[in-house]
Amino acid sequence: MEPIKIIHSTFVPLAMENIDTDQIIPARFLKATTKEGFGKNLFRDWRYENGEESRPVKEFVLNQRVYQGKILVAGKNFGCGSSREHAAWAIHDYGFTVVVSSFFADIFKNNALNNGVLPVQVSESFLQELFKQHPDASLTVNLEDQSITIDNTGQKEVFQINNYKKTCLLNGYDDIDFLLSIKEDIEQYEQQQY
Amino acid sequence: MGKTLFEKIWDKHVVRTIEDGPDVLYIDKHFIHEVTSPQAFAGLAKRGLALFRPDRTIATADHNVPTKDQHLPIKDRLSRLQVDQLIENCKNFGVELYGLGHPFQGIVHVIGPELGITQPGMTIVCGDSHTSTHGAFGSIAFGIGTSEVEMVFASQCLLQNRPKLMRINIEGSLNKGVVSKDIILYIISKISASGGTGYFIEFAGSAIRSLSMESRMTICNMSIEMGARGGMIAPDETTFNYIKGRHFAPSGEEWERKTSQWKQLFSDEDAQFDKEIAINAENIEPMITYGTNPGLGIAINALIPSIESITEEGERKNIIKALEYMGLQAGKPLKGMPVQNVFIGSCTNSRIEDLRLVASVVKGRKKSENVKVMIVPGSQQVAAQAKEEGLNRIFEEAGFEVRQAGCSACLGMNEDKIPSGEYCISTSNRNFEGRQGAGARTLLASPLTAAAAAITGVVSDVRELMEQ
Ligand code: SF4
Repeated sequence: MEPIKIIHSTFVPLAMENIDTDQIIPARFLKATTKEGFGKNLFRDWRYENGEESRPVKEFVLNQRVYQGKILVAGKNFGCGSSREHAAWAIHDYGFTVVVSSFFADIFKNNALNNGVLPVQVSESFLQELFKQHPDASLTVNLEDQSITIDNTGQKEVFQINNYKKTCLLNGYDDIDFLLSIKEDIEQYEQQQY
Repeated sequence: MGKTLFEKIWDKHVVRTIEDGPDVLYIDKHFIHEVTSPQAFAGLAKRGLALFRPDRTIATADHNVPTKDQHLPIKDRLSRLQVDQLIENCKNFGVELYGLGHPFQGIVHVIGPELGITQPGMTIVCGDSHTSTHGAFGSIAFGIGTSEVEMVFASQCLLQNRPKLMRINIEGSLNKGVVSKDIILYIISKISASGGTGYFIEFAGSAIRSLSMESRMTICNMSIEMGARGGMIAPDETTFNYIKGRHFAPSGEEWERKTSQWKQLFSDEDAQFDKEIAINAENIEPMITYGTNPGLGIAINALIPSIESITEEGERKNIIKALEYMGLQAGKPLKGMPVQNVFIGSCTNSRIEDLRLVASVVKGRKKSENVKVMIVPGSQQVAAQAKEEGLNRIFEEAGFEVRQAGCSACLGMNEDKIPSGEYCISTSNRNFEGRQGAGARTLLASPLTAAAAAITGVVSDVRELMEQ
């Protein structure tokens, strides 16, 4: 996994609440057996008329060239619905490293963290502030001091992340590396319990 | 201070605690299926690892499988690839697979309990959010992502933060025509589709105690639809009687030993919950959803709420959008509205009791000419039993299409889809946009309400049919 420290980027605003994983990546794209290539189907049914790539929905934000960047900003309760990790893969594969919302569904949050996508939970008022910004406004997300800043206004908020996950992301290692390192403990536990 | 049911099980499974981080939680049973496992197997191979505890891993093929002509090769190329990949992976990594053609095959959350694999006090995971179903046995069961599947493959452990705990007490007796699906749809409509986020929920109270195991599974199954990590119910005699004699259930001395342990699994009198909610069972009527999340539900005779009654702006926008997608109007009734499809199936309501409920309404009647009715048993064993009990004949005589076991139109990954723009009364758990096929409009309801709509062709109050 790529380490994440400071992300400085413009962002893509998606001012909708309760965006569920079926919208992030529709079920019909779950038939793949690898993790790559999901980005092109991210928000597929909102992006294209009748799913036809030749007919992009002009109003949809991913199709508006003015909105670019490594940060996705979405409404409350992002990633609700199924536990499909494909949603996190699609977001990552599309090129987002950070998702900002005022509330994340639990499983999505975990899946994102396990795939090098940082979920940044901000207050509802900060989120609404973000939605008011000009398309070329940029944000700075600093994982080290757990802050998110709107660069041109200087408005800043601190976000929460548990220390363990933070260390993992900063160093680019994952949970499996950790679990493998404590295998003896696990075997000992098994012997005591079973 | 006493412990909750959740804490008793969790604490026993903690291998180690990371300071200011998650717990390392040992997993007793790991269910896998074709859709969320291939990338985890690939990851394991890439790291050059074997599967740590193949004997704690159980596989089946369910999400993608056709529900017709299962003896023939799968037509859809990608589905076939995924199912073949599962067969290959299970062979290479030494996992027991109940695949197509096996008498134990079925929806993963249906087969675990019916085979006696799911037992009280266990930690159970699966790469599927409705793993919460298994919590009905007094186990900690929750859905995980594919990276986590890989973690369990590699170490039989997961890194997990301890969730907050909520208890929902449902007291009183159920009204006529009201079944467990209505209870859970009612609760979600009250606390919303995100009201349980961050919590693990224990369902308790006299109304829960009176339910059969299969009905309890329906409740725990949909606890995820309020955003909860999972749901659970303390085991009791009903639980033990259900498990006894099943294929993988303990027997003889082992049975005695296990049941005496299981009897300790309840929340102590003085246990503390982060939140408690009380529900009066007598207020619950047959329920139906009108929107595109399971929280947007009403009693069958009620009106869709008026837009003005929703004070929160974000929520109002959501409902306007949902109603537009659903082609429905605020302030109007759902009852009497024509539907074109009825789907009876999914891990929420595809067990033998569900089929018996449907049969109790349908017996001696014919379906309406205007609806297509698909009934998909949750497993090969349910299918076999339905046949033996003569339920299939009742369904066929009514003009229903009886399919073979699988997830089917619950998520429309195989060819079982609802046509765009059409309505479907579905016993499944999700009414998201496009869930049952692009443009499909899903109304979630109980097996009884679904059966009533199959007969009348319109959204109906099943109590009126029960009186006749
Ligand atoms: S029946 Fe539906 S909800 Fe249940 S496991 Fe299958 S796809 Fe998931």
